[in-house]
Amino acid sequence: MSNPAQTPAQPITFKRNAREALADPQLRRNFRGAMDFLMDKRRSQFPDGDELERLRAFGNRVRARALSKLPELLERLDANLSRNGVRVHWAETVEEANAIVHGIVERHAAKKIIKGKSMVSEEMEMNHYLGDRGVDCLESDMGEFIVQLREEKPAHIIMPAIHLNAGQVAQLFHDKLDVDYTEDVDRLIQIGRETLRRKFFEADIGVSGVNFAIAETGTLLLVENEGNGRMSTTVPPVHIAVTGIEKVVENLRDVIPLLSLLTRSATGQAITTYVNMISSPRKADELDGPQEVHLVLLDNGRSQAFADGELRQTLNCIRCGACMNHCPVYTRIGGHAYGTVYPGPIGKIITPHMLGLETTRDLPTASSMCGACGEVCPVKIPIPSLLRRLREEAVRPPAAEPHHMRGQGAKYSKKETMIWKAWRKLNTSPGLYRAAMYAGTRLRGLMPANIGPWTEHRSAPKPAARTLHELAREHLGDQ
Amino acid sequence: MNAKERILGKLRASLQGTTPVADDYDVGLLTEPWRYGDETRIARLRQMLEAVHGETLLTTSAEWPARVVEALSARNIDELLISPATAHGQQFAGHLALTGSALRLKAYDRPVEAWKDELFFHTPASLTGTLGGIAATGSLVLWPTPQEPRLMSLVPPFHIALLKASEVRDNFHEFMHEHRWAAGLPTNALLVSGPSKTADIQQTLAYGAHGPKELLVLILEDA
Repeated sequence: MSNPAQTPAQPITFKRNAREALADPQLRRNFRGAMDFLMDKRRSQFPDGDELERLRAFGNRVRARALSKLPELLERLDANLSRNGVRVHWAETVEEANAIVHGIVERHAAKKIIKGKSMVSEEMEMNHYLGDRGVDCLESDMGEFIVQLREEKPAHIIMPAIHLNAGQVAQLFHDKLDVDYTEDVDRLIQIGRETLRRKFFEADIGVSGVNFAIAETGTLLLVENEGNGRMSTTVPPVHIAVTGIEKVVENLRDVIPLLSLLTRSATGQAITTYVNMISSPRKADELDGPQEVHLVLLDNGRSQAFADGELRQTLNCIRCGACMNHCPVYTRIGGHAYGTVYPGPIGKIITPHMLGLETTRDLPTASSMCGACGEVCPVKIPIPSLLRRLREEAVRPPAAEPHHMRGQGAKYSKKETMIWKAWRKLNTSPGLYRAAMYAGTRLRGLMPANIGPWTEHRSAPKPAARTLHELAREHLGDQ
Repeated sequence: MNAKERILGKLRASLQGTTPVADDYDVGLLTEPWRYGDETRIARLRQMLEAVHGETLLTTSAEWPARVVEALSARNIDELLISPATAHGQQFAGHLALTGSALRLKAYDRPVEAWKDELFFHTPASLTGTLGGIAATGSLVLWPTPQEPRLMSLVPPFHIALLKASEVRDNFHEFMHEHRWAAGLPTNALLVSGPSKTADIQQTLAYGAHGPKELLVLILEDA
């Protein structure tokens, strides 16, 4: 379970964030365009529905198999990486993970870190942690670099700057990098390239995430298009990879279906430009590559999700982002509104395990339950049913056993519990039900016109003049 | 108890009384939809690479050095990074000596720390071999060695790769299985499918984000 010290003191202000996002037409236009683009791209990669369904089932089995032997595979991964010369570290909390990274940084008296894209490092808030200790941590993924310049968090797990248009990036580069204003995307990318190339060159340490950690061979696999991941893991003398404990797969061949699902689902590509498989630090006769490679394995609430057979399916996630691309809620409010590292449907089921339900109580309810996320998930995570389960955990009495989640009962209300008890009684007692319906229809004029959030955008419901049973009897008689 | 023991302890406790999921790996699903005959395999690879801005050229094991010289000349590049310790590096150097070309060769023959500035800021192009190719995804398989280190295919803005047509396989599974990857991987195995790119600004595709801006694949039809 996560260390409570890392928990924000106040619940994440999802509702207020969502209202603000909905009031920003530029943001909504940017997201609408981006999500349509990504949905089309994904669709074009899966022309054969039968192949897609078989592959999803296969991906699900590969992930389920890995989780069904997770402790064994983690030990095997640790042993094989160590045999290859990679140093493996374990951390239960983000504080521990940051301290491990900082320890490596201190041993090398490092001042400059260049980072490839890593959501786990976002989870750790590594940039801030190291920044507070005088270490400069620069993002090298173009989208991450842009959001870092804006002092924001990524708005999407695959495309961090998806909430911005070219004009906004042009203005940002003009303001922060002292270059001429241009909306030419090729030129903007070249400005980023020129700025970051010097940083790769100077960095003392490179940090990356991991897409899959392969137990069989002791290999860290990373996918990317830009080459910044390869740069970050090859140029600096030290490479630190950070990943969650769930990212392990059993065999090398297991990555083939997962890669196919990941790249096609995420950005609609048959494969990314680079698939980088790192198995050891530089060997004695090699001329480049880091002298040291470290892997930090982070728990941060994952073992809590793992403890429950149903919630464990959350850990199947391969971080493709397809669920957010297809989510009608995410599309309208964007990633920042969630106030969490992982936004969208998958974030709503992952984050409560990391931060506890006390602070994330609104997230499982921020869903229309349309089911799109579950239908597109490449590894068949039943996101809607897990959301429903988390809603249930949030309203269970805080002391009820078994206790599955930190923050269980965060939305528990005695009043609401009494109302539902009364509702059950009403619907299971025919006499009481008939009396209540009679009263409801005859006193319909007393229905208030304003019933809170419901009537902000809708007219208030009004009971019919007669109950359905009465109308049926009128038409059909007592049959 | 340390963090490792505590994490593993929690995971083990959660699995008590459960049986591991069986391995029912579906090879057919990863190979059958991705089969190409001898006539179409190379065409598929070229089509996939060119769709992502890679350039491909069919040539032969005798003629490829001349194609490299032409490609560099067309771009006004007068310097090429090669590995003198490889057969293709030696063949190319021999070709230059024979033709009296003015092209300068630069050898990756010392640790990167000794010439990092030159590699990063004064090396416009490189030539490397490949272990093979994958038709299904249009990928080159790179297997960096002490002779042809990792950065050769990443830092110079123009990367030229040699690919033997006979080393192209239909799909990743076939390639991995045939080369017995599970028995041992190098420091850094790679699949490269086109030049570096990004769509991070308004979903607009731009090439040359951090790695090579151009990738030319010379496919040797007789090798």
